[in-house]
Amino acid sequence: MEKQGGIVTSNLLGSASRLLRKCLFSILSFGPMPTHIAFIMDGNRRYAKKRSIKQGVGHRDGFTTLTSNLKYCYEMGVKYVTVYAFSIDNFKRDSSEVRFLMDLMKEKIDELLKQDSVINRYGARVNFWGNLDLLSEPVRSAAKELMASTASNKGPVLSVCVAYTSADEIMHAVQEVCRERRERLQREHGRVNGMGNETDSDVSVADLEQHFYTAGCPDPDIVIRTSGETRLSNFLLWQSTNSHLQNPVRLWPEFSLRHLIWAILEYQRVYSYLEDTRNLSKKNE
Amino acid sequence: MMEQSVTYANLDNTIELKRKKKKKKSLRRECLLPLSPLILSLLPLQTLNKPWYRHLANEFARTFGSPFHRIQSSMILKFILGLFWYLLHIVVSLVHIWSYVIQQLRCYIISSGLFAKYRNFSLSRLRYLAVVVDSQEAKHTAKIKQLLSWLSAIGVKHVALYDAEGVLKKSIDFGQTRLRDRSAGTCLDGDVNCVTSRNYEEMSIELLSFTDGKEGIAKAASFLCSDHLKNDSDGCGRTETLFTEANMTKALKAVGYYGPEPDLLLVYGLARCHLGFPPWRLRYTEIMHMGPLKSMKYSAIVKALYDFSKKYQNYGKTICYFICS
Repeated sequence: MEKQGGIVTSNLLGSASRLLRKCLFSILSFGPMPTHIAFIMDGNRRYAKKRSIKQGVGHRDGFTTLTSNLKYCYEMGVKYVTVYAFSIDNFKRDSSEVRFLMDLMKEKIDELLKQDSVINRYGARVNFWGNLDLLSEPVRSAAKELMASTASNKGPVLSVCVAYTSADEIMHAVQEVCRERRERLQREHGRVNGMGNETDSDVSVADLEQHFYTAGCPDPDIVIRTSGETRLSNFLLWQSTNSHLQNPVRLWPEFSLRHLIWAILEYQRVYSYLEDTRNLSKKNE
Repeated sequence: MMEQSVTYANLDNTIELKRKKKKKKSLRRECLLPLSPLILSLLPLQTLNKPWYRHLANEFARTFGSPFHRIQSSMILKFILGLFWYLLHIVVSLVHIWSYVIQQLRCYIISSGLFAKYRNFSLSRLRYLAVVVDSQEAKHTAKIKQLLSWLSAIGVKHVALYDAEGVLKKSIDFGQTRLRDRSAGTCLDGDVNCVTSRNYEEMSIELLSFTDGKEGIAKAASFLCSDHLKNDSDGCGRTETLFTEANMTKALKAVGYYGPEPDLLLVYGLARCHLGFPPWRLRYTEIMHMGPLKSMKYSAIVKALYDFSKKYQNYGKTICYFICS
C-alpha cells in the first residue's frame, strides 16, 4: 500500500517536474536556440576524489549526467548532441584503466540498446565518430550494432566521439580523398603511375569536409568543456570555427539542468555576434 | 398550462444567460485588442510550432470560448513567455556586470603592484603566444600596436596574430619587415594568402588569417595526394605510412603553411570563439577570452599569463570521458 503510494507520488513529482521543464524550455525558446551542442565531459575522477568515492562510481555518475542532459537537450529541441567520450590520447593511460573504460563503455552501449533507453524513447540516431579499429572487438561490435539499429531513426542525433582526435579525423579524410582519386584514375586510365593531370591531386576544403566523420552534421553552436579547463584537446577543431566555447567550472557529474540553461542563455547573449562571424566566414569560403 | 409557463420561463433564463456571456466576451475582446501589435512583435515562431504549446494554447483558449479569443489567449501567453525571457536575461546581465566589476578591481590591484607574484612569474612555459582579434576591431591599428608593445614589455618572444578576414596582414606596417619564404617563392606584401612574419622589438610576429587554416590543410592534403598518386607500386603498405600526422606536418612545411602550436591563445572579441584559427595548431592550446579589444588592459594580460603559468597539463592521460586529473 505504501509502495503504491510511493510510486504514485514519484509519478506525480515526475509529471510536475516535466511540466515545469516544459514551461522553462518554452521561455528559453523565445530566443535563438542552438541546433548542435557538443560536450567535453571532463571532471569525473576529480568528482570521485572530491566525494571520496571510487573512480568507478564517478564514471557511472558521469553516465547518468549524460543521459539526463541528453533528455533535456532533446526536450528543448536541440537536434544534434555530440559528446567527447574517449580520445586517442587516452590510450596512453594504464592498460588496466583503459580496459575498465572499454568494459564500462560496452556495458553502457548495451544499456542504450534496450527498449526503454533514452535513445529509443526519443527515436534518436546514434553515431560513433572516431577510429573504431583502435577499440577492442566487443566494444567495436556493440558500437556498430547500436549505429545499425538506430540508422533509420528520424529523431535527434547523438554522436559519441570515441577513439577520436580532430587530427586523426583530418588525416582519415585526406586518406579517403586520396584513395578515391586513385580509384578514379585507375578506372579512367587503367593504371595510376605517371598518368592524370596535376589537378587530379588538388584537394579542396569541401572535398575534405565531405569525408569527415561529421559530414552531414551542422557545425556545433556551443562547445561546453566542464571542470573549467580552457583547451579543446583535439576535439572538433575544424568544425568549431564559429562555435561559442564555454568552460563552466562545474565537474561533469555535477552538470545539471540549471547549468545547461545558463549555457543556453550565454549563447543567446552572443548569438548575433556569432551569426555575423558565421556569415563572414561563409563569404570567405 | 403551468408546465408550459415554466418551460417558457426556462427558455427566457437561458436566452438571458447567453446574452450576458456574449457581453462578457465582447468586453474581454475590447481590452485585449490594443495590446495585440505589441504581443505579436515579441515572440519567435519556434514556440508556436511545438505541439505541447498548441495544445496548451488551445486549452487556454477553449475556456474563453470563441475562435477569436483563442488567438488573443495565445498572444497573452506569448507576452508572458517573452516577459520571463527578458527577466532571465536581465539576471544574466547582472551577473556579467558583477563579474566585470570584480575584474576591474582585480586589474586595478595588479596594476598598483601590490602583489609581487604578478610582477615576478616565469614565462618559461610560454614558448608561443597567439592572439585572435575580431576583424572589425583589427582595423584599429593603433590598438594592435599597443597590444604588441605590451606583450613585448612583458617578455613574450613569439606571437601569432590572427584575424579571420586578413585585415591585420593588410594594415600592419612595421619599420623593418622580414618576409618568410615559401617553397613557391617569396610572398609579396599585397598577397593576403601569405603567412608573413616580422620582427618587432626582439619579438617575432606572425600574421595569420582564415586562409592559413583550412585552405592550408587542403593544400598540404593536395601535396600528400600527388605524392600518393605518383607512387603506384608500393600499394597498401605505402598508404599506411604516408597518411600520418607527422607527414601532414612535413607537408604543411613544404607548402608554406606550417607554424608552431601556440601554448596560449588570447581571444579579443565579444565572444569566446577562435574564429577559424588554423586547426592543426590548436590541439592543446589554452584558450582565454579577454573581452573586446577596445577595452583591453595591460593588467588583464598579466593576469592571463600568470594564470597560464600556474596551469598543469596532463596530455591525454587524464582527459577522458570517465577520467580527469
